[in-house]
Amino acid sequence: MTRKAKRLHQLALYPVMTLFALMASASVWANPEKYQVNMKPGVTDLGHEIYDLHMFVFWICVALGVVVFGLLFYSVFAFRKSAGAKASDFHENTTLELAWTVVPFLLCIVMAWPATKTLIDIYDTSEADMDVLVTGYQWKWKYEYLDPNGGESVKFFSSLRTSQAEIHNEEPKGSNYLLEVDNPVVIPVNKKVRFLITANDVLHAWWVPALAVKRDAIPGFVNEVWTKPKETGVYRGQCAELCGRDHGFMPIVVSVVEQAEYDQWLADKKKEAAELAALVEKTFTMDELVSRGKNVYQSKCVACHGANGEGGVGKALAGSPVVTGSAQDHTALLINGVPGSAMQAFGAQLSEVDLAAVLTYQRNAWGNNMGDMVQPVDVYNVKKGQ
Amino acid sequence: MGAHGPAKGFTRWLFTTNHKDIGSMYLWFSFAMFLLGGSFAMIIRAELFQPGLQIVEPEFFNQMTTMHGLVMVFGAIMPAFVGLANWMIPMMIGAPDMALPRMNNFSFWILPPAFTLLASTLLMEGGGPNFGWTFYAPLSTTYAPPSVTFFIFGVHIMGASSIMGAINIIATIVNMRAPGMTYMKMPLFVWTWLITAFLLVAVMPVLAGAVTMMLMDIHFGTSFFNAAGGGDPVLFQHVFWFFGHPEVYIIILPGFGVVSQIIPTFSRKPLFGYDSMVYATAAIAFLSFVVWAHHMFTVGMPIAGELFFMYATMLIAVPTAAKVFNWITTMFKGSLTFETPMLFSIAFVFLFTVGGFTGMMLAIAPADFQYHDSYFVVAHFHYTMVAGAIFSMSAAVYYWLPKWTGKMYNETMGKAHFWISFVGFNLTFFPQHFVGLAGMPRRIPDYNLAFADFNMMSSIGAFIYGASQLLFLFNVVRTITHGKPTSDPKVWEGAQGLEWTVATPAPYHTFTTPPDAKDVEKHG
Repeated sequence: MTRKAKRLHQLALYPVMTLFALMASASVWANPEKYQVNMKPGVTDLGHEIYDLHMFVFWICVALGVVVFGLLFYSVFAFRKSAGAKASDFHENTTLELAWTVVPFLLCIVMAWPATKTLIDIYDTSEADMDVLVTGYQWKWKYEYLDPNGGESVKFFSSLRTSQAEIHNEEPKGSNYLLEVDNPVVIPVNKKVRFLITANDVLHAWWVPALAVKRDAIPGFVNEVWTKPKETGVYRGQCAELCGRDHGFMPIVVSVVEQAEYDQWLADKKKEAAELAALVEKTFTMDELVSRGKNVYQSKCVACHGANGEGGVGKALAGSPVVTGSAQDHTALLINGVPGSAMQAFGAQLSEVDLAAVLTYQRNAWGNNMGDMVQPVDVYNVKKGQ
Repeated sequence: MGAHGPAKGFTRWLFTTNHKDIGSMYLWFSFAMFLLGGSFAMIIRAELFQPGLQIVEPEFFNQMTTMHGLVMVFGAIMPAFVGLANWMIPMMIGAPDMALPRMNNFSFWILPPAFTLLASTLLMEGGGPNFGWTFYAPLSTTYAPPSVTFFIFGVHIMGASSIMGAINIIATIVNMRAPGMTYMKMPLFVWTWLITAFLLVAVMPVLAGAVTMMLMDIHFGTSFFNAAGGGDPVLFQHVFWFFGHPEVYIIILPGFGVVSQIIPTFSRKPLFGYDSMVYATAAIAFLSFVVWAHHMFTVGMPIAGELFFMYATMLIAVPTAAKVFNWITTMFKGSLTFETPMLFSIAFVFLFTVGGFTGMMLAIAPADFQYHDSYFVVAHFHYTMVAGAIFSMSAAVYYWLPKWTGKMYNETMGKAHFWISFVGFNLTFFPQHFVGLAGMPRRIPDYNLAFADFNMMSSIGAFIYGASQLLFLFNVVRTITHGKPTSDPKVWEGAQGLEWTVATPAPYHTFTTPPDAKDVEKHG
């Protein structure tokens, strides 16, 4: 093949390839797409119902638009004074006025009927196969898999994984920019999953478009929604209710997997939790604590306190009187937070090991050089003593 | 007594009880607020020009979205229409002035301090209000910056101003119509304002109640909205939207009135169905009290509540459709010319209807679960607020400016302002429908790359729209200083109504003796 012919061949292939790519992405879409102009039906029956309803109302609006705007533009063109139009006495016509009152009313009924049906389906949260308690925090989500037999539930926090460097344009942004988390929610395919949604501090809203779920998370209330995804895949969403500074930075990622894979994941999570609990007894070395603590700091603290503890939204930690003060007070502050400020209570959010690690890291980084260590058991004792 | 001119110097404005002076002050004040709120919008759109954080930090971004909303709603749109009411209502009903001139002065002069208070919060430690213009608790109470108290006080003062303005308008219309000016002959602008004034009197105290409860929660240990103390964060939303939904009609109804004056004038034909327009306005106002919770479909209401608010909201389409059809059939078989006020009015009908269609979609509760708090909503309410209130306001200024100043504005510049605004507006807000449907939430400072292109278009459109308003300002100032003088009382060939029977420019005092309005016909 000559070079030119090869090039032509490639050119011809591009549209075909693009089409395939589009089709592939349309079947398992998880992310919003470039130039996406419409809602997608998603991967649930309910989502299809909502999508159909959306399109039904949309086309009614288009039809009305054609009539109304057609009439508007016709009037503008046909009755120009410059084209010699003379004003007639055309006004006050009861038949016409009755018609444009009755027809919209009937159209309302036509639209209300399927809407009511869909709404009833959405509200039917009965007979769920499993329950996940979702709690909104500033600015992360906590997921708790309620054990139907009353056993220990699996719980974890899920927060943004996108790096500060990407957000501040220091590194190129990935395709899941701002839509990626450290711990995705995992649910089995073809199961009716009920999400019980609440919040710990301010209002949030849990929204995953592909699962056709959006519901406000409200402190003191528990809202119920459900979904039954029919396809495995990773589905992404975001907090939809303004919740303060990092409202735009608390995405939701739901990973829908086969039942067996889900069972394995749940068992692993339980094992992990048991191991972590066991670690409370262990005595760590300084290096272990500092290296683990550095990771914790990067994911939980850096946004407010800065990469070098120089502060920002939060107070500076380098040379801070708390960090260089008594280890016990430092621990208590991290566990309880500072009420009325952006400093959260991390006691419930991090394990004893992670708390101990990050405390030790802070006490020895950036010239703080306290030389002391906080062990998980110390954290445990401070928690217990309260 | 005889006619006398205005006092000289600053005290003329400070002590004035003249409805025209006060109207002018309202209009200039609201334009200043429009530019301020607009500059906040420019910062928002500049940050959203590209993904990533470039210009402002999220904390400040939230202050910008909040202040943009508050300043535009309470500082720009509402005072602008009060200014218009001050200027036009006495002249339209044949009254010498407003019924309560001293209160009129007071209700204006408490506005600048209110907004100084509000704007000053941006310079305070902890920043200004950052909880959205809807200030949902507990973000606006337990988690609010300290400046929230200034915000509450500011809202109280604005509310007092609006209530006084509304009472004044009701008192004027009820008591001061010229002999023969019966209710069913009043110009529609007067009608829509009468109904708006009743809405204001009904709901501004509710807003005052909401912010007072916030104040109590923040400073006096109550727990109205704090779940931990036995309170209810959802209560806040019910109270807020009981004010908030009538509020959106407070913003739009006077605009309906303006357009109902202008379209007949430039169609040279009376309004198609005057009576049905009056009834439709009243119906919309009534319905506005029973649809508030459609702003809260995702809050977790019982299904019966959800259904009620969905049906009631859909019903609003009926009187609104009657209005749109009325405007169009007024033009039908008319004799149309397209001066700047008419262009803005036609665009109003077109764009407001687009906003009405998306409103219909949003009313469908199950579909709203996908639209709610996305950019689709942002697009929807800017189609109704900007194309509704701001376009009709621009139309009103061009329409009555010759009457106010005795000078003709530059038509070419007016048309340029229109077309640039029209293109800029649509470029800004149409793509927002797309990103909203694709899953972009509102009030976020940064977004996934998939939303990048439409956001860039939106930002470019916003800069164009913003710039076009400077042209508007220039045109108005230039009209006042260099405009072509005109003394034709009618100004426009098709204009009808009492305001066009007085001299141009309108003298400082008009209708010191009531005109005979028996022969005035229903027009627009």
